[in-house]
Amino acid sequence: MAKKIVRIDMSELVATYENVPEKWSRWAGRGLTSAIVVDEVDPTCHPLGPNNKIVIAPGWVTGSPAAPSSGRTSFGGKSPLTGTIKETNSGGLSGQKIAKLGIAAIIIEGMPKNDKWYSIFISKDGVEFEEVGGLVGKGMYEVDELMWEKYPNKPAVIGIGQAGEMKLSNAGISVNDPENEPGRYAGRGGLGAVMGVRGVKAIVIDDKGGPGVEIADKDLFTQGRKKLTAAITEHALTKKDGGLHAFGTNVLMNIINEAGGLPTRNFSAGQFEGAAKISGEAVAENINERGGVGTTDHPCHPGCIIKCSSIYPDEKGNPFVSVLEYETAWALGANCGIDDIEYVAKMTRECNDIGLDTIEAGNTIAVAMDGGYLEFGDKEGAFKTFDEIRKGTPLGRIFGQGVEATAKAFGVYRVPTVKGQSMPAYEPRAIKGIGVTYATSTMGADHTSGYTIAPEIAGVGGKVDPLSNADKAELSLTFQAATAFIDCTGYCLFIAFPILDIAEGWAGMAESVAGVTGMDVTGDDVIAMGKEVLKMERLFNEAAGFTPEDDRLPEFMRDEALPPHNVKWTMADEVLDKVYAWVHED
Amino acid sequence: MKVEIRVFATLRRYLPELGIGEARIMEIEPGTSMGDIQEAIGLPADEVKIIMCNNLNVEPDVIAQDGDRITYIPAVAGG
Repeated sequence: MAKKIVRIDMSELVATYENVPEKWSRWAGRGLTSAIVVDEVDPTCHPLGPNNKIVIAPGWVTGSPAAPSSGRTSFGGKSPLTGTIKETNSGGLSGQKIAKLGIAAIIIEGMPKNDKWYSIFISKDGVEFEEVGGLVGKGMYEVDELMWEKYPNKPAVIGIGQAGEMKLSNAGISVNDPENEPGRYAGRGGLGAVMGVRGVKAIVIDDKGGPGVEIADKDLFTQGRKKLTAAITEHALTKKDGGLHAFGTNVLMNIINEAGGLPTRNFSAGQFEGAAKISGEAVAENINERGGVGTTDHPCHPGCIIKCSSIYPDEKGNPFVSVLEYETAWALGANCGIDDIEYVAKMTRECNDIGLDTIEAGNTIAVAMDGGYLEFGDKEGAFKTFDEIRKGTPLGRIFGQGVEATAKAFGVYRVPTVKGQSMPAYEPRAIKGIGVTYATSTMGADHTSGYTIAPEIAGVGGKVDPLSNADKAELSLTFQAATAFIDCTGYCLFIAFPILDIAEGWAGMAESVAGVTGMDVTGDDVIAMGKEVLKMERLFNEAAGFTPEDDRLPEFMRDEALPPHNVKWTMADEVLDKVYAWVHED
Repeated sequence: MKVEIRVFATLRRYLPELGIGEARIMEIEPGTSMGDIQEAIGLPADEVKIIMCNNLNVEPDVIAQDGDRITYIPAVAGG
């Protein structure tokens, strides 16, 4: 059975199943959300207006049997935070269940005429709408719990917290994990607000009895997934008891600190004296000491073999928060001068409940601290800001708009953003390649768009000097293109680490895609197909009014030397302009 | 002369007496390389992916200097 597009019109509360048109048929995941947004969303539209849409798509291999770590779901639309196109993807339960229902993408458009709130239930029998006024004002922990009480088959729950209801630019979209916790976020860029505009509080996906994912060439698929699985289980980073499994992504805290690239106290230094206390090692120690449900052996979706996730328990061993990512611990910790992991965990839970991106939330508090609202390190004060957001006080609404709005409100010059989105946990003055990615990505400042940290810091996929400007435009573009492809597959981006080092794994990834889809795809096509996705996105942004002058890091990074290396951002504008010059040349 | 040695993540089990981020102060002879120190403290070569000295990536044959802050790092990445 050919896959379908499910188009949901919230103005009329009608859902229609459409065949996938030829022009979109090559794509899944990010490629499909971006293709649909490019075709159906006016680049000049207001992100919170009637002409924006939310598009949800699993990857090519998502939902296929035994494709390792392949449960990603892409969410697309025009971003209220950046004004650019946005694709933000998440783990959790949603991708596999959407795919197993035979759905290529869900497009949500229109706005309810009556200002009411709805849940959307999607199963093999179709789409049902339900008015859910009783869920309004509730956080995602309660929403997830109520949805599992109402729907028996442990469905995926895609939802928004209070931030999305208030249409705040830092509102993310939550996806539940196998324990029905709301810690998986398509967090960046404010798409939770776009879902809120559509009047959708929750989307519930029950795949029971669904047709499953068709495999065009089972032998090729099996060959590919086995090669990929071997690479993941062999590589020191992703194997059982390797760095990601034992310590999660927060294995990086001490390392990036050691490299002098850990943004500290609103990007005013590259090292934090309290890094060890909020590191992955500290988290793992607490988990192991507390016992109970605490574990570092946790998949965010069924079938993940990397298992970088964990469950952080409270002192009695009861569930508290999942998961304390590196970016999260950095944003709410080092960047705010906070070295107390318990407060980092408490604030992470607040973000997960209210529906906020943790990176933007931490950066927002840090900017407010820089503006004198709080002292750096004031963990009590930082924690209280989340209740302001939850209640929708005027101050909370400013914080909920993210870094740029907050910086204006507090008169701050040190504003670590590109295209309106704040930077993640790698200092571009000390790690130049990631700065090129921040500057030029189609998504605003985003590390996952082109993770040059792999060769610049970790020695994965080669070794290059992080402090050198040389060849970083080419490096960033290669990573951006490879990432765009992987974001179409449905595989977790972390498969990139083993397959950058193990060529068989790279080939296996492409073969598994070819096996599922029947397309003629090999490892040699990855960069070219990734560039096709980047080109679509770049042209959308150009039509929305973005120019090469928007591909710049903030002025303060050229003016202020960052300790300990005492380096400034010195990349020439011409180098940045070169990264996407091919869009108009090819 | 003396150097500071730190290990992180999966390499911590080889220096279990150190708390997270704590350093072992080690007396070394002039001419000792990063690789020599790695061997002396018992870190398997196949588990050390990166060596940093004073916040910079270095190769194993680099000679340590008095007061160096030296860090041995296994395979890491994430984000």
